[in-house]
Amino acid sequence: MVSVAPTAMTTIEAKVWAALQAVPDPEIPVISITDLGIVREVDCAAERVTVVVTPTYAGCPATEVIKADIVSALRELGITSIEIKLRLTPPWTTDWLTPAAHAALREYGIAPPHITLDGVTREDTHAITFKPRCPRCTSLQTECLSEFGATPCKALYRCQRCREPFEYFKPH
Amino acid sequence: MLRLADGALILAQRLGEWCGHGPALEEDIAFANIGLDLLGQARLLYTHAGALEGRGRTEDSFAYWRDEAEFFNPTIVELPNGDFAQSVLRAYLFVLYQQSLWARLIASTDAELAAIAGKSAKETRYHVRHLGNWVVRLGDGTAESHTRLQRALDYLMPYTAELFAPDAVDDALLAARIGPALGDAATAWREPLAATLAKATLVLPAASPFLSMGKRGQHSEAMGYLLTEMQSLARAHPGATW
Repeated sequence: MVSVAPTAMTTIEAKVWAALQAVPDPEIPVISITDLGIVREVDCAAERVTVVVTPTYAGCPATEVIKADIVSALRELGITSIEIKLRLTPPWTTDWLTPAAHAALREYGIAPPHITLDGVTREDTHAITFKPRCPRCTSLQTECLSEFGATPCKALYRCQRCREPFEYFKPH
Repeated sequence: MLRLADGALILAQRLGEWCGHGPALEEDIAFANIGLDLLGQARLLYTHAGALEGRGRTEDSFAYWRDEAEFFNPTIVELPNGDFAQSVLRAYLFVLYQQSLWARLIASTDAELAAIAGKSAKETRYHVRHLGNWVVRLGDGTAESHTRLQRALDYLMPYTAELFAPDAVDDALLAARIGPALGDAATAWREPLAATLAKATLVLPAASPFLSMGKRGQHSEAMGYLLTEMQSLARAHPGATW
């Protein structure tokens, strides 16, 4: 996540970041949009707040909801002039999920993406052969049930030890 | 731009038709998810096309308010779904084509197009892998699944010639270094395809002289029906929003 050092932040910028930190992801409410790493920049110059957002998946319907949620969160701070910019480059990656997001996902029953993309090609992260850890019993004896899940960002797995199905946040 | 966007949109529409009809829940979801990603790509491309044109057209004007001859998708994506084998193979042929384009468009002199390509490439890689696995599984599966997949291959291959046959538009885009060299893209498409087909024990049909003309706006008889369904809501209720 790109964040400005607190000392360099204006008061209003800090307030905006704090407000965005409280905006939950509409599909996975235990993590916030800043935990997800999609808020790239906040600019509070000239009476106008600009929030730069990098979408997760191009077709993810949650993106529209997130934009509306950002606007209402900032309105509550009394900010009226708000601009949300979409930035595609560099493309969003699950490497931008914060450690707090990983912990929250696991707690929620979703296996976090356990592979960083640094030095690992995506072909190495084959969902069938490369197994995530069960978020409930931590077993590595897991199997892929479906490469696509209830949202674009997740696949469906089952733990062969505790027999519980679980969702896996796909490395992307 | 519209060729890329229309290809993604029309295949998304066809994949959406499978929703609730997939042979298994997992594949129902897979088609819907892939379709959703394609729709997202189309939206980005239409928005960019509208900005370049500068006449105020939005993603919705492009999707809902153009008629058949104004769509420039390659014919292969508008063909009816057929059976599951044909749908899987058609989607595989197309996403592999997209992959060969994104890899080159990342270097486009059009910065926004390059950004869209970079973003889409990550999604397309997952589609290629998933659909490629299905091609192998069905091709190298039972006698019935093999027969169906081979039949689909014989039917679909002639429609792939259009993907890599450059016309004046392609040549102009290449000259401006906006678009890719289709000859290089064709090579990048054929190699993984040949590897997948070999694993799937499928045989490429002999090359045919047939050349479809979808990307020039001349479509098959299937296109009118597809558009009628896709555009009916927007046209019955102009200006409707969610």
